[in-house]
Amino acid sequence: MSTYLGLPTMRPPVAPHGVGALSGDRPFPAAAKEALANDQLRRNLGAATRTIRTKRAKVVDEVPDWAQLRAAGAAIKDDVLARLDTYLIQLEEQVVARGGVVHWARDAAEANRIVTELVQATGAHDVVKVKSMATQEIGLNEALAEAGISAWETDLAELIVQLADDKPSHILVPAIHRNRSEIREIFLREMGRAGLAADPGLTDDPKALAEAARRHLRRKFLDAEVAISGANFAIAETGTLAVVESEGNGRMCLTLPRVLITVMGVEKLLPTWRDLEVFLQLLPRSSTGERMNPYTSMWTGVTPGDGPQEFHLVLLDNGRTATLADPRGRSALRCIRCSACLNVCPVYERTGGHAYGSVYPGPIGAVLSPQLTGVEYNATLPFASSLCGACYDVCPVAIDIPSMLVHLRSEVVDAKRAAHRLPQPEAVAMGAVGWVMRGRRRWPLALRAMKLVRPLGKLIGRGGRISVAPPPLSAWTAARDLPLPPPQSFRERWARENRLSGPQRQSGPPRESGKEE
Amino acid sequence: MTAREEILGRIRAALADRPQPAPVERNYRASGESPIEDAPLLELLVDRLIDYKATVHRATPETAAEVIAAALAERGANRIVVPVGFPAPLLAAIDPSSIIRDEPPLTAAQLDVTDGVLTTSTVAIAETGTIVLDAGPGQGRRALSLVPDYHLCVVMAADVVRGVPEGITRLAPENTSTTLPLTWISGPSATSDIELQRVEGVHGPRTLVVVLIT
Repeated sequence: MSTYLGLPTMRPPVAPHGVGALSGDRPFPAAAKEALANDQLRRNLGAATRTIRTKRAKVVDEVPDWAQLRAAGAAIKDDVLARLDTYLIQLEEQVVARGGVVHWARDAAEANRIVTELVQATGAHDVVKVKSMATQEIGLNEALAEAGISAWETDLAELIVQLADDKPSHILVPAIHRNRSEIREIFLREMGRAGLAADPGLTDDPKALAEAARRHLRRKFLDAEVAISGANFAIAETGTLAVVESEGNGRMCLTLPRVLITVMGVEKLLPTWRDLEVFLQLLPRSSTGERMNPYTSMWTGVTPGDGPQEFHLVLLDNGRTATLADPRGRSALRCIRCSACLNVCPVYERTGGHAYGSVYPGPIGAVLSPQLTGVEYNATLPFASSLCGACYDVCPVAIDIPSMLVHLRSEVVDAKRAAHRLPQPEAVAMGAVGWVMRGRRRWPLALRAMKLVRPLGKLIGRGGRISVAPPPLSAWTAARDLPLPPPQSFRERWARENRLSGPQRQSGPPRESGKEE
Repeated sequence: MTAREEILGRIRAALADRPQPAPVERNYRASGESPIEDAPLLELLVDRLIDYKATVHRATPETAAEVIAAALAERGANRIVVPVGFPAPLLAAIDPSSIIRDEPPLTAAQLDVTDGVLTTSTVAIAETGTIVLDAGPGQGRRALSLVPDYHLCVVMAADVVRGVPEGITRLAPENTSTTLPLTWISGPSATSDIELQRVEGVHGPRTLVVVLIT
């Protein structure tokens, strides 16, 4: 059903390529192969994901109404997406009514420009940051650096990653690929250049390392004039924003500086205050496996005499409206960035986040990143999955990631077909197989012909399977085993065992041999 | 066209299929189910707080002032920040010279060299061991409960609820006079970023003491 409006409705644009960190420069299989060779990463990641998912399972089991909360969470987010424009307008009204300023950013470049100009207006050359995936997504730190502004990360793990000039490997524990002695070295080497230097006698005991970070960052917090944060939730009804955290650096950044700039994806809304009762249960238990995280801060606009006296909210699109436009893909925008899916994914557990090339890795990254950037820039991500479905089981907002992966795979194939004037080898092969399978006589013939290949299969295979095949099948057997062709096809066996003859050959129920008739 | 208009236009175009999601069913455990000042409920709160490595002292309205003074003495705290509107009776056993008022407002640097802060609270959630401050009288502007290294928080039994939905209801904007800044505290700060070993006390007060008045 459609209404002629006189104008073509165009699909909203995706995130601009080359700005920010939504896609990598290598396809997943290549990047994954390299990551798999990194033993320390695999060990740390394996231990981390195992620990967190065990904790998560325990605290979720405690909650007798988890299924109802999950369903409510999904429904609330679907309502947000279905009326996103209305809620955004309401949020803006409420924030402005309480002394905040709201900015709208169509894409990463515009968001970077807005934030840079806001910081420049204060005259500050240093800003402190609370961890924000949205600001990583748009490459904000790099954009600020180009304008001569230093953005200091204050989350311990982000601090480690920043001092080491590294990239985060996990949404929640970004420095998990580093062990304690590496962290000690990084602190000793780099803290002095960034601010207060570490004590030369620093040990690698986690308590000592945390203390070193505390001292180094405390100086920054007490002196900072400008802070940049993200937001976990924004309540349209009241204009309230919420930041969920563990270490206290969020509280520091949201309270002490004079100016606060919050960058938030447009989908992070909740309609009413009451909806927090669902999400403040879903998020802590799903992300860190705790009943509640140590600190959650909520604020609305500006409170005179308490906290920042200037507050800016930057609403970010950057491909979210493009994602919204696909009815089969838009539920990816329900995501509350808990990372529960990362911690259960057998693929992510082995490769880590870098292999995905995007700040959103793992199962959610495999469905969100390609939609934000357009499938051609993250074409291998929907295939980076065994479709086991563990992610769907743990997702607190019930995003059906496996179905979405299959849908996006077909989008990738369609895009490839559209991009090439001549069909690619894979498409030709699939077309040929399809032609054979469609034929009523062709297919049974092909199955009988496979029998002839069986002796060869037994030569190169072992124990009923073929693990190494010559090209082009080698592309398949590089990662999977092929079964040996059977001595007879199922159709042949069926026909023989049921002794159907004449016109009944093609149809009819099986009859017990020797009974009736 | 402004960015705002363009984004709103994109959203409307994206929703051309007019999705009608199912209404939200709120059949999870909701508000209004826990009796007030129920002993097991308070035990649950205490249990959770201790689990988070907070120290808990029980007191009655008569003993509260002494309990608070004793806790501060145990800490060796001589310069305590007390927010505007903190109940005077609770200060009765403390040496007045060790009390620092927030009038005129203390700077972050001044807060940094105090020994601790004393606050009341607005609601406590037993199931999750959470205490919520609303920056109102007795609780102080947010910097007060953030910068000092020691935080002694007074929780009244009547303010203890069972679960998050009840806490949210108590805090709802129609139940408080304005949308005040809220701080939800569930134990002292912690990180598990270094080899996943939980280390207590990064930023924010590293010692949290709760005095529960029944």
